[in-house]
Amino acid sequence: MAAVTLLETHGLTRRFGGLTAVDGVEFRLQEGEIRALIGPNGAGKTTFVSLISGRLRPTAGRVIFAGEDVTRLPAHARVMRGIAYTFQITSVFARMTLLDNVRLAVQRRMMQGWRGPDAAALDAAAMAVLDRVGLAARATETAGNLSYGHQRLLEVAMGLGLSPRLLILDEPTQGLSDAEIASFTALVREIAREATVLLIEHNMGVVMDLADRITVMERGQILAEGPPAAIRADAEVQRAYLGG
Amino acid sequence: MSRAVGLHLGLLAALAAAQFLLPDYHHGNLARIMVLAAFASAYNITFGYAGMLSLGHAMFFGAGLYAAGLAAEFGGTAAPLGLVLGVLAGAIVATVVGLLALRTTGVSFMIVTLMFAQAGFLTVLYFGEFTRGDEGFVLAPAARTVLGLSLADPATRYWAALCVFGAVMLGSLALARSAFGRVLAAIRENEERTRMLGYDVFRAKLMALAVSGAMAGAAGAAYALLFGYVGATFASIQYSILPLLWVLMGGAATVLGPFLGTLLMFYLIDISSSFTTAHMMIVGFALIGLILFFPKGILGTLRERAAPWLP
Repeated sequence: MAAVTLLETHGLTRRFGGLTAVDGVEFRLQEGEIRALIGPNGAGKTTFVSLISGRLRPTAGRVIFAGEDVTRLPAHARVMRGIAYTFQITSVFARMTLLDNVRLAVQRRMMQGWRGPDAAALDAAAMAVLDRVGLAARATETAGNLSYGHQRLLEVAMGLGLSPRLLILDEPTQGLSDAEIASFTALVREIAREATVLLIEHNMGVVMDLADRITVMERGQILAEGPPAAIRADAEVQRAYLGG
Repeated sequence: MSRAVGLHLGLLAALAAAQFLLPDYHHGNLARIMVLAAFASAYNITFGYAGMLSLGHAMFFGAGLYAAGLAAEFGGTAAPLGLVLGVLAGAIVATVVGLLALRTTGVSFMIVTLMFAQAGFLTVLYFGEFTRGDEGFVLAPAARTVLGLSLADPATRYWAALCVFGAVMLGSLALARSAFGRVLAAIRENEERTRMLGYDVFRAKLMALAVSGAMAGAAGAAYALLFGYVGATFASIQYSILPLLWVLMGGAATVLGPFLGTLLMFYLIDISSSFTTAHMMIVGFALIGLILFFPKGILGTLRERAAPWLP
């Protein structure tokens, strides 16, 4: 793996009133890795990735993506730089078809100003993305009618449609069956060949299976970081999180 | 040519043909309906496609009406220039208001646009020396000529109304089918999701408002020039509510809904007021029936049940 830093944060802090949800985090992500972000509920994981994706503004600190300081950039501009975020709570366009959902994602990078791409090229690109997540056969169905597991897949497809350099997945396997989790894991591994993946996940089986490295958060700070084997053995982590 | 494009061009052809078939009274009505339908189509861009409920569109219609009217009255401009000024006035007012009002959403957006529109209405009354306030003023015949033809002549007026309506309606159709139109629909369905797909939501909404304002301005200017009267009523709250009702009746986010809604509402009032003074009650019953049986408006419900291809 090439040791090129894709993302780094310096002193990243976010306060909500008296609560410091993210507290001076120094974080570094290498290009091409799969990084899992774990920690107990309320540890600040979602707030942390929201600061990276630009959905929230930090109280202090900086976010540097691909060598560029993106701290002041709005979320939509960060998406265009290659940071894609998939929502923890499934957030697809329920009344549109799967194809329309993915087209909206794909269209963004094919647009010139507000001029859209050629319809055939757009459809082909969107179908290719749906095919990657295994939903191509259902392209004309209405997204709201899909099962929860398939909506999660569609959510990932919309992330993929953005051709991201960094794909942030916020608890992607929550609510999925074991069989769905197995195919999801395979999908993430496939995605990771082209993009860096930052994954918030509670399912430790998935984390140990997928992650190249694991970052453990607690009370807004990074408690530990390392390869899965080291994290599993870490006494601090066990006390804080694994219930050891 | 697709079915959808054929349908819209077919309607314009039918309206052109109706010019030779209709009796005078309905002929005159239809010219008025087409101009008002252009206004409703403008409203539909923001309300129907982008999902922004504005209560201030009278301000954009009024901007067009007064831009054309005052320029003719005090600057002696010809009708075509008046129309251009109306479009510009509508677009500029919408953009300026949008820069402030789009910091809010939902109910706050409704209230803020309403306040701006009321401020606009009061401005018209305040400068009564020039606008003649509620009483209004009548445009001189010289200001109402295009290529030597008088817009006071019913046939010329009808063609002019058809041109304005046709341009706005085909513009709406193009927008609804464009990449930009799809982004507006996405914003309506889920704004945060759309932002996280990399779209600048604020700019998209501002552009929708500017386009809507330009179209409403065109309708306002056309109304002044075609019917020769400019008055403060057209900038009042009533003219912010009416396009909302027309669009709801015909079907929000359908290209032909605004025309259908305007046509039906116009004749509903026209016919019912010919035999009762309680005609607004009949309009009320019609709206209740609409909500019960056509919750998405006539064309919106038709699209849902029978014609999914309808743009």
